[in-house]
Amino acid sequence: MKRARVLLLAVAAFAAPQAAQAHLVVTGMGPIYDGISHFAFSPEDYLPIVVLGFFAGLRGARTSRFSLGALTAGWIAGGLIAMLGLNLPPIATSLATAGLFLAIGGMLAADLNVPAEAGAAVAAALGLVRGTADLAGVSPSFAHALTLIGMSASVFVVFAIAASITLPLHRAWLVIAARVSGSWLAALGLLLVGWIARYGAVVR
Amino acid sequence: MKRLPLFSFVAAVAMLAPVAASAHIVKGEAIGFVSGILHPLTGLDHVIAMIAVGMWGAQLGRPAIWLLPVTFPLVMAFGGFLGLIGVPLPGSEIAIALSGVCLGGAVLLELRPPLAVAAALVGVFGLFHGYAHGAELPPGQNALLYSLGFVLATGFLHATGIAIGLVHRWQWGRLALRGAGAAVLCGGAFFLWSAVG
Repeated sequence: MKRARVLLLAVAAFAAPQAAQAHLVVTGMGPIYDGISHFAFSPEDYLPIVVLGFFAGLRGARTSRFSLGALTAGWIAGGLIAMLGLNLPPIATSLATAGLFLAIGGMLAADLNVPAEAGAAVAAALGLVRGTADLAGVSPSFAHALTLIGMSASVFVVFAIAASITLPLHRAWLVIAARVSGSWLAALGLLLVGWIARYGAVVR
Repeated sequence: MKRLPLFSFVAAVAMLAPVAASAHIVKGEAIGFVSGILHPLTGLDHVIAMIAVGMWGAQLGRPAIWLLPVTFPLVMAFGGFLGLIGVPLPGSEIAIALSGVCLGGAVLLELRPPLAVAAALVGVFGLFHGYAHGAELPPGQNALLYSLGFVLATGFLHATGIAIGLVHRWQWGRLALRGAGAAVLCGGAFFLWSAVG
């Protein structure tokens, strides 16, 4: 009885609307946490990573290991390149991100049987593009390097978790569920290309 | 025991207390994820057709039940892409209404065409649904979140149809499903009448 009351109160408390505080970039907890929080509030970063992780997991441990290393290294390289002042124009970043959404989502939706090296190449491309975009316009400094480390660590962890979810999957309906997420990402990429064609750079 | 219903009532009333809503669609701009989710849900002609696709897939069984949810979002997004870049596709409202009639009719009659024919039919209708959404997508603050909400809502509508269609395994479920198909057909006929008239 008492438990039911507490449950009801808890549901009511959770249902109460709150003002959203989205995209907390400066946490006040230091640059590493800033990097982690930036990643956590950037769906353009974590969505393709999750889907790429699902894809790599379905392709096996070798593809997962290759892609994990390539993605993280690509992200760090992209961040360093951006800190050196070499940035892609916003429209190119938008198009490359949408194109990667399409490619990664399409690969998973079709359950494409590609070599581990090809999967790693796509992962490296994603890391380079998004790493460069995330640190665009940032000056080279120790603090920003720590931010990049925070981001790259998040990239590593999220990819590893996603790949570990699909790696042991054998049941057909679970594999299909993972493939549906790929088709959603590809659909997202296609829509973004349309947005870009109509309104210009919409993904930073 | 007697106090719990009163307590539940107070808690329910507290949850229903009106507050300033921030999840409505603002004309002229995309306000993000919630707007994207609401967009496919606010048109009943879209909703019934999406659910009918799932129900028909469940009726057809494997591999259609798996093939449709993987391919459908892509076809719809391609339609959305065409709408966004401004490719003219006349008669989209009529095609959307027709999709309710045809898909509802397919569920009602338990039609079992070859997989390629079923996929083509659903794909063509998906293209028109996506086109209508794409043509209406407003310029926004966050295209990614809006599109994400839009794709997820479409997927969940489809999944709802599949979940409803799973009753097909029982005798009473087959009848109920055909009844739901008849309801979709009637809805589609109404929208067709509205679109033509």
